[in-house]
Amino acid sequence: MNKFTTALSAGVVALMPMAAFAEDSSDPIVIPIHNWSSQIVMSHVVGQIFESMGNNVEFVTTDSQAVYESVRLGDVALELEVWEGAFGASFRAALEKGGLHDAGDHDAVTREDWWYPMWTKDACPGLPSWEALNDCAAVFATAETGDKGRYLDGPVDWLKHGQERVEALGMDFVVVNAGSAAALWAEIGAAEADKKPVVVFNWTPNFAEAVWPGEFVEFPEWVEGCDKDPAVGPNPDALYDCGNPAKGYLKKAAWDGMKDKWPAAYDVLTKISFTNPQIAEMAKFVDVDEMEPEEAAEAWLEQNPEVWQGWTGS
Amino acid sequence: MADVTDSYRPDRMAGFSRTQWAQVLVGVAVVLTVLQYTGLLPAAFHRLPEELVPNFAGWLDAIFNFVKDDLGLLALTRLLTEGLQWLLDVTANLLFGKRRWPNIGPIPWTAVAAVAGVVGYYLGGWRMALLGAGTFIWTALIGQWTIAMETMSVLVVAAPLAFFIGLGFGILAWRKPWVNRAIKPVLSVLQTLPFFTYLLPAVIFFKVGPTAGAVATTIYAIPPMILMTTLGLQKVSPEVVEAGNMSGCTRWQLLRHVYLPSARTEILVGVNQVIMLCLAMVVLTAFIGMPGLGAKLLAMMGSFKLGRSFEIGITIVLLAVMLDRMSKAWVVKQPEHFEKGTPWWKKHFMLLLGVGLFLFFVLLSQFVPEAQALGRRQNFSQGKELDNLIKGFLNIDVVKATTGFLRAFVNVQILIPFRNFMLSIPTPAFILLVIAFALWLGGKKQAVYAGVFFSLVALSGWWDRSVITLYSVISAVVIAMMIGLPLGIVAARTEKWSKRILLVCDTAQTFPSFVYLIPAIMLFGITDIAVIFSILIFAMVPLTRYTIEGLRTVPVEMTEAADMAGATRMQKLWKVQLPLALPTMAVGFNQAIMFAFFMVIIAAFIGTQDLGQELQRTLAGTDMGKNFVLGICVALMALTFDLTILKWASDQKKKLGLGD
Repeated sequence: MNKFTTALSAGVVALMPMAAFAEDSSDPIVIPIHNWSSQIVMSHVVGQIFESMGNNVEFVTTDSQAVYESVRLGDVALELEVWEGAFGASFRAALEKGGLHDAGDHDAVTREDWWYPMWTKDACPGLPSWEALNDCAAVFATAETGDKGRYLDGPVDWLKHGQERVEALGMDFVVVNAGSAAALWAEIGAAEADKKPVVVFNWTPNFAEAVWPGEFVEFPEWVEGCDKDPAVGPNPDALYDCGNPAKGYLKKAAWDGMKDKWPAAYDVLTKISFTNPQIAEMAKFVDVDEMEPEEAAEAWLEQNPEVWQGWTGS
Repeated sequence: MADVTDSYRPDRMAGFSRTQWAQVLVGVAVVLTVLQYTGLLPAAFHRLPEELVPNFAGWLDAIFNFVKDDLGLLALTRLLTEGLQWLLDVTANLLFGKRRWPNIGPIPWTAVAAVAGVVGYYLGGWRMALLGAGTFIWTALIGQWTIAMETMSVLVVAAPLAFFIGLGFGILAWRKPWVNRAIKPVLSVLQTLPFFTYLLPAVIFFKVGPTAGAVATTIYAIPPMILMTTLGLQKVSPEVVEAGNMSGCTRWQLLRHVYLPSARTEILVGVNQVIMLCLAMVVLTAFIGMPGLGAKLLAMMGSFKLGRSFEIGITIVLLAVMLDRMSKAWVVKQPEHFEKGTPWWKKHFMLLLGVGLFLFFVLLSQFVPEAQALGRRQNFSQGKELDNLIKGFLNIDVVKATTGFLRAFVNVQILIPFRNFMLSIPTPAFILLVIAFALWLGGKKQAVYAGVFFSLVALSGWWDRSVITLYSVISAVVIAMMIGLPLGIVAARTEKWSKRILLVCDTAQTFPSFVYLIPAIMLFGITDIAVIFSILIFAMVPLTRYTIEGLRTVPVEMTEAADMAGATRMQKLWKVQLPLALPTMAVGFNQAIMFAFFMVIIAAFIGTQDLGQELQRTLAGTDMGKNFVLGICVALMALTFDLTILKWASDQKKKLGLGD
């Protein structure tokens, strides 16, 4: 790794007209990492870019919701994956309190919704339409749900409104909440062996796409206000009668003090933008190829110089 | 609610016995429940109406905020954080090379393993040496060195901190009876409070990351240290103290050279407990940003890598077993004494050997990079293969048929109806039942506690979730008894099997419970039975352990007397051994319940509708009041059982004349 970093720094130094910025502080830039692979690798990719610019970088494991409070207080400097659906609320709450700001969007879009692994289609060929899903609800029945189908929603605190949607659209499904992401994977993993049809909550970009190919269920398209105004959406009397936005944002957030403390690093941060395939590739290195996150980040930087050199080279 | 329970609170009148009073209480509860089923009971009697629930969370929040901001506690703790951070940075630099002062680390893995081997040899001979060195060699070979050292860098700070704080409070409690009286109830609550309740204040006051992890770990590990210190000091015999006084010791000298050495055994048992509790927190503190094995384990589980998370589990078990055995060996080992005139190097041979080997490997690692660190590609991790093995097992037809049956029958026919029944009992009736139980088993005092504690739970506004928590605990403990007790009875027949099963118990107890949550889900889906299954494994350990210990310590004269009276094996077991072992077994039963309360919170990870789930949810925010209320609900329920069962056990012991 050392040889590589040296080479990297040399390249960067050659490319970067140094005079453009005031000197970055030598204090370490603290980057938070969470418990999913793409975010960890992306954090290491960005960390290694910062290191190649001569900055000190440190990583700290934090909760993905609580992190916005830490960014706000400057305990950590930035956050690289702000998902609209999952963390939008925490991000906005912290934004209102002040102390952090929006450092631009990635190219990547995020989507979270009802999802099924491909083998489910054999038992329910009408998919991905939600009406078709509802027609074969019995296929998804379990010992506990009787003849109704079972939909496995994310943990209650993710606030995904699965129950509300089932009621609003009059579906024959029972909503069960998993306790964690790991619990979701365990269910899919258990269903995989004998190709049992399942429908669960899932999102993209995510390692699961590489392990279990699948599709999102197509619900009535998201219309602005679907979660606030009953009149919007197919059911005039209910909220949450549409699918989630199919193209949610993926943002970066930065501590307000970062701009002054590490101006060069901050400038790079605002330019950083990853696409869905790039993020999937990072996750694949770790989840499928069994690399450690640091190594995965190195490998990614090595294979995609044209992507990141544009950000540091301006 | 409170006045309902008040009016039925038993007193000395009417000449009823405790059992009869308990029966009366059960009767009233049954009437209330029947009324509920016939629809005659007013809704306010079934559940406390929302508007009557006091806003405990809000009040607590106000108090917290006042203490935190207005009294400046936050400023103080943030200052402490700086100091702690500095300490952690030093150990982090030494163990895994974080770029901080003194900038000399990381210590090569070979040097650490060699020193562990020498320490092991010193404490317990070759086998211990093998265990010590072997653990670290395994960690390095499997590719977990850095993360294991991240964990250790926090533990080597947290464990000594817990030791010194515990020792200090222990001495204080022994010197000043009022401190002892004040500290006892606090300790009981601390020991039953779910760990999620420690985590949130730790984050708020000590910053997310290793500092909060170290603080939460320390606090969690302190109580047994205090208890053991006080216990040890109280047992010091007056003769020894006399001798100290006669040789003219000052008070400090008396403490340092007389009391503490005499209480050595108890204090070292406390040390052992501290270490074990610290290790138990490794995975849990990962929720608040503690790096290391726990964080890696959670990340592995998040990407469905069973094999790798299993390997991390093994590392944690090995570390725990190693530290446990070594500290226990230390308890047994008596201080060595040498003849006058033994040369210095001979007295300190082991120390010199350790230092020598350490320096040798540090030097070696300058030339041989493999002695410094092993890279990812050099290690022997079998993650993928283990994955396939686990998945293969779960896919065997017999296994699937069994779990399918359990799910369709036990879950649908027994567990879910049982839960619904418990939820249908009106709150006052439920409280009466608990009081009746405490009265019948414990006594009047316990009944009063039970009434007050459960009324508080009802007032907290989290009644339904509390009942579901209790339902999981009760179901798991009942099933654990059906399996664990026979297992213990059979194992206790021979020395060999007792040892084997006790080793299994040790392993099951230190193996991070998170690892078997995933197989539990794969076996049973996200259902009540998966939750209960995961609690069950944990709750079975003390039941089996104490059954074995209880049976094996039945006095030989008693069993011999039974043999001579011509008792069959069954008669001997039922009439002699079990009754005599019962008080010990009751302690195991009590622990099983405590463990179940601990595990039920973790099971929120699978997906439950109980207090654990709400607690987990509060971790992501800053909702300290709610977090605390939920934690107290769990603690109050656990304490009710704790007080009642322990009272019963000590009564039984007295009856049998077994002493303390």
